[in-house]
Amino acid sequence: MDFKTYTLENGLEVVAECNGQAYSMGMGFFVNAGSCDETAKNSGVSHFLEHMVFKGTPKRSAADVNRELDEIGSHSNAYTSEEHTVFYAAALPEYQSQAVDLLSDIMRPSLRESDFDTEKKVIIEEICKYDDQPPFGAHEKCMAAFFGQHPLGRSVLGTTESVSALSPEAMREYFQRRYSPGNIKLVAAGCLDFEKLVADVEACCGDWEPFETKRTTQPPQGEAGFDLIERPSAAQQYIVQISGGPSAQEPERYAHRLLATIFGDEGGSRLFWALVDTGLVEYAASGTYEFQDTGITMTVMSCHPDSAKDSLERLRQLQTVVQTEPITENELELAKSKICSHIVRRSERPANRLFAVGSGWLQRLQYQTVKESVEAYQRVTVEDVNDIVAKYPLDQTATVVAGPRADW
Amino acid sequence: MSQKIHSHLLDNGLVLVAESMDWLESCAFTLVLPAGCARDPAGRHGLANFVCEMVQRGCGELDSRQFSETLDRLGADRSASVSAAHTSFGAATLADNLDDSLGLYADLVQRPLLPESQIEDARQVCYHEIQSIEDDLAQLVMHEVRRRTYGDPWGRSSQGTRESIAAVQPGDLRRFVGQSYIPAGAILSVAGKIDRSRLCDQVQSHFGSWQGQPQLELDSNVRHAPEYVHLEQSSTQVHIAVAYPSIPYNHADYFQARGAVGVLSDGMSSRLFTHVREERGLCYTVYATYNSLRHEGRILSYAATSTDRAQETLDVMLAELIRLSDGIDESELSCLKARVKSALIMQQESSSARSGAIAGDWYHLGRVRTKEEITERIDGLTVESVNQYLAENRPSNFTVVTLGAERLEVNGPQEE
Repeated sequence: MDFKTYTLENGLEVVAECNGQAYSMGMGFFVNAGSCDETAKNSGVSHFLEHMVFKGTPKRSAADVNRELDEIGSHSNAYTSEEHTVFYAAALPEYQSQAVDLLSDIMRPSLRESDFDTEKKVIIEEICKYDDQPPFGAHEKCMAAFFGQHPLGRSVLGTTESVSALSPEAMREYFQRRYSPGNIKLVAAGCLDFEKLVADVEACCGDWEPFETKRTTQPPQGEAGFDLIERPSAAQQYIVQISGGPSAQEPERYAHRLLATIFGDEGGSRLFWALVDTGLVEYAASGTYEFQDTGITMTVMSCHPDSAKDSLERLRQLQTVVQTEPITENELELAKSKICSHIVRRSERPANRLFAVGSGWLQRLQYQTVKESVEAYQRVTVEDVNDIVAKYPLDQTATVVAGPRADW
Repeated sequence: MSQKIHSHLLDNGLVLVAESMDWLESCAFTLVLPAGCARDPAGRHGLANFVCEMVQRGCGELDSRQFSETLDRLGADRSASVSAAHTSFGAATLADNLDDSLGLYADLVQRPLLPESQIEDARQVCYHEIQSIEDDLAQLVMHEVRRRTYGDPWGRSSQGTRESIAAVQPGDLRRFVGQSYIPAGAILSVAGKIDRSRLCDQVQSHFGSWQGQPQLELDSNVRHAPEYVHLEQSSTQVHIAVAYPSIPYNHADYFQARGAVGVLSDGMSSRLFTHVREERGLCYTVYATYNSLRHEGRILSYAATSTDRAQETLDVMLAELIRLSDGIDESELSCLKARVKSALIMQQESSSARSGAIAGDWYHLGRVRTKEEITERIDGLTVESVNQYLAENRPSNFTVVTLGAERLEVNGPQEE
């Protein structure tokens, strides 16, 4: 397993974990662009642009792009988050050069107006899809409540209104601010010919013009609060809560994830035994998310509307108890086993290594082998976890409840 | 990378199917029991699912919590599910922990405690599951189309109803375990870093004394008549499900059928994605997928879109399904071949994926199709062979279910 990097003159960085034993490879362009780079006016533009990238270039129509991605037998997709946009393909090693040619071409999209208008309808259907789906907007509303005016509080998809109002010019202007080669990494993992990769990237991306990009975000202040979304037709009541946590930069993130596993993993956690196993609620689980300047624990619960108030009260008690009844050695060991086994098993697929290597490099300019990741979790002590409990209290949350109940 | 697949029949009827993948550190197994919800007795629908919940609440020497903690300590990522034909348990872990993990599941199927003190908690879990599906409109519409196209008992969804779950007694749980958690008709598939002869010994020692009477086969009598049903719901989108008959997985023409549905829905250049989403912007999600019971198959298709564009979406979907019988072309077939082949090789990177796949093959075929065989069959597909299949098996007799604010019209030819 070799880790290699190379930087083009225009600033585009190539980052690869080469594993000659692998059967396939994954590669992707990781762009430092996401909803935190948006304003209320162009909210949703990062995600809309992600769709438009597949809509063709001066050399290829949208149909050409889709057909060629299939011709190389690739499993390709893209996603947009608060801070990143990622375009990736998993394919067999023999298609390495074709994958570079295709993915790098689409990173300089035409953004044609007719495609823009058709794709806008798809995006609005995507927004409608989530509107019909649990937790019925509670996730976005809770992010907004916790982050307040900070850009992390804005929805990645945007709203029907903000997306409807977007113009191709506004999207081009956004592209010109974020998609500079210095703001993009080409990440690859698996069975790769690195020299060929660098030569192909030079040939395909060497003429991309660099320009200045700046991300102006401030560390957010997490805010507690409570909000209610009424959804009379829903069968269940949904509860989303957010509390604070360490950022992607901080070493405390390992202890933080262990805490979330101990407290709220889908199975075998404190939440599971108290609420799910007993049949009090349908679902209750906590997970962690890390951003450049901050992190969060998000807890999601669904239950019968009649018992929702009691269930939320029970959840709050469990969160308070963590503050007073410390994490035990046994709980920590179980959580470590689960996480470390998961990391090792996931790493068997190059497509999964792609995201681990890519996000590590994007967030920290740091490469970690699978073994180093496992060791980082193994080193965490009970004291470390209890320090996290004290520093990021689980009971100081923004809470949003969605469902049929109008009274609360 | 030559594929090493072994099978071994135990005296009690349990089949062990194993695939050795030496390049991995992990191991995964799937334990498939002939305990599907098609076997739920009248008035007790949801029983298989209830039992599946209960057997995980303690077995052998371990209570519920000890069972869960032991598996966590082994780093075993596990799953449990109930389909019409089966209850399946699966776990993936590092190779060294395989034997201990298998031992726990041997207890689960042979010596479940079914603690009466936990029955009411488990019943609540079952109620929650029924209720949560009411909020999952995509799943709801697919359940309804399966129920109608496969009929009873094969089209059942596993959750049952509030009434049928309320009726379940402790004796029902024990009876179901006695009748359906049995070795005859059960499959244990293991994939990953394994030592074949040691594995046979381990399985023999864990499962060799497992006993049970074989069950009678269940009947199937489904009529294929076109049908349209609308379920009223005040949702933003209309959810559309379409089903039509196909051949089963064990049919000689399976690869022709698989090729045809691939042209419809595999990849970004597939017909449904291109004509429903890319060209018209009608929806975000649209797909068609092949589904098979042992004796019959279906194509199941889904889309969701805003109410005012739902009629057009259904019209374009049905037109694409019907147009399939006009035939496919060379470029569509070559894309499909490339995708299937790369998927086959990437499956070799996941012990969980292989363990699920070989269990499925064994159930449907009584053997495992090797990578080489599949590659040969896929390479052997021609435009002519797929088109001939499509001419003889024209998509027709559609079962259409919509869920949303407005009823739609089902236009175009329907019945063969």
